[in-house]
Amino acid sequence: MWPLLGIGVITVGFAARLNPLMVIAAAALVTGTAAGIDPLHLIAAFGKAFNQSRYVSIVWLVLPVIGLLEREGLQERARMLVARLRAVTAGRLLIVYLALRQVSAALGLLSLFGQAQTVRPLIAPMAEGAAEARYGRLGTPARMLIRAYAASADNVGAFFGEDVFLAVGSVLLIKGFLQQSGLRVAPLALSLWAAPTALLAFAIHGFRLWRLDAKLRRLDDEHAP
Amino acid sequence: MIGLEQVYWLVGAMFAGIAFYSWRDTANPKRAGNAGFWGLLAVSFLFGSIIGDLANGVLVLALVLLGGTGALGHGAPRTTSPRQRELRAGRHGNWIFAPALIIPGVAICGTFTLARLSLHGVPLADPQAVTLVSLALGIAVALLAAMLWLRPAAATALEEGRRLADSIGWATILPQMLAALGAVFALAGVGGAVGRIATTWLPLGHPFTAVATYCIGMALFTAVMGNAFAAFPVMTAAIGVPLIVHRFGGDPAIMGSIGMLSGFCGTLTTPMAANFNIVPAALLELPDRNGVIRVQIPTAVPMLIGNILLMYLLVFRY
Repeated sequence: MWPLLGIGVITVGFAARLNPLMVIAAAALVTGTAAGIDPLHLIAAFGKAFNQSRYVSIVWLVLPVIGLLEREGLQERARMLVARLRAVTAGRLLIVYLALRQVSAALGLLSLFGQAQTVRPLIAPMAEGAAEARYGRLGTPARMLIRAYAASADNVGAFFGEDVFLAVGSVLLIKGFLQQSGLRVAPLALSLWAAPTALLAFAIHGFRLWRLDAKLRRLDDEHAP
Repeated sequence: MIGLEQVYWLVGAMFAGIAFYSWRDTANPKRAGNAGFWGLLAVSFLFGSIIGDLANGVLVLALVLLGGTGALGHGAPRTTSPRQRELRAGRHGNWIFAPALIIPGVAICGTFTLARLSLHGVPLADPQAVTLVSLALGIAVALLAAMLWLRPAAATALEEGRRLADSIGWATILPQMLAALGAVFALAGVGGAVGRIATTWLPLGHPFTAVATYCIGMALFTAVMGNAFAAFPVMTAAIGVPLIVHRFGGDPAIMGSIGMLSGFCGTLTTPMAANFNIVPAALLELPDRNGVIRVQIPTAVPMLIGNILLMYLLVFRY
């Protein structure tokens, strides 16, 4: 049971808002030592896994392109574009993005959109622009709230869209693990049964995004004298 | 054949460039820390496959020490002012979106074609990694197009990349760190221990309590590990297969599918899922590191309840 101490380290460390890198390293050290893994072996195992997961960092390649376009006014243009469309509100825009993200993920196009390549340069500024067109200059709380909701639309859309696609990693993992346990399931059945949850996710998060507009209106009223 | 390794070289070259300009940035009092951090990351991408596990481990420890002790500052690359940006946005018009749209466009085309094209019988891109290779290709084409169109000074793209990299800071390696922690947890048998606790202490005599425990367990364990993939084998072996399928006769496909999605509800609530929750907070420059999680919890909780009900209603019926 002692290896579970690492989970305690993580929980306490994150709750105390210590630097996550240090917390993770400490948790790995505690859990590894408690399981009787010698330090050199532990460092090597950690280094190997870090090295093998480099693929998650490929998305940082996008930084120079996004930076260059931002320098030329990408975010400002995104704001202007939306500000001219009177029917667009922050909430409605994010509902459309949620749907787009879910549908594209369900078609297997998971890396088509994302936090670095879509939300920061386009979706968040567009949502801010839509709110600005309505309420004028935004206070910091309103601006940060809009950004956080933009990020959430991307996550919810991706998580509850991807499993509707047949060949995504998680569907293959479910199939593989159940097969090891002597249960045969078809990937098609797995993706079919992911659909009710996908619809539920759109309903719940879509409703909350729709409510965002009311929230912003309230913040605006408080902001105004 | 173009595989992940070649893409890593590109990422490594980018971080090496960022390290170089960080070092030259005398306006940043912590420039040595920045140059060291990005430089080590460049080494990881350029040579990680050949230096061996222990050297990689030492490299990670050095990154943790730099990133975890506040050795990184914010560089001051020369960029445009908000006013200049407004003016340029007006001048470029909607064409400014074109390079940003090239990325997904090329990524889609590449995903569908690259693995099928072959040269002397060798596929052009590694079929296992075709999506990521296509994404990298899309980014490269977009950068090239933007450079040809806007004709900035040669180092401008790297300097702008450095501006964003510095604003994300140590969070750039957080997703990889958590993946590595997951590997250590697996090595130490953490999953098995959690599974034993769940089955020893919880009431599982009724089909509904078994379903609820399985779904809530998936969400909680995912929140702890930051990854539903790590939680799925443990919870499914402990509760899903023996109880829901074998004892109560549930359908394995419905259990597996909705079980995994219950795990995703946990992903929405945890700083451990750094690339979804913490990195975006840094990317969007939110003052509160948990700002994204805060707005996701009110969606995650009803989603989990909905998943429990859906599974209970469906799994014993089909």
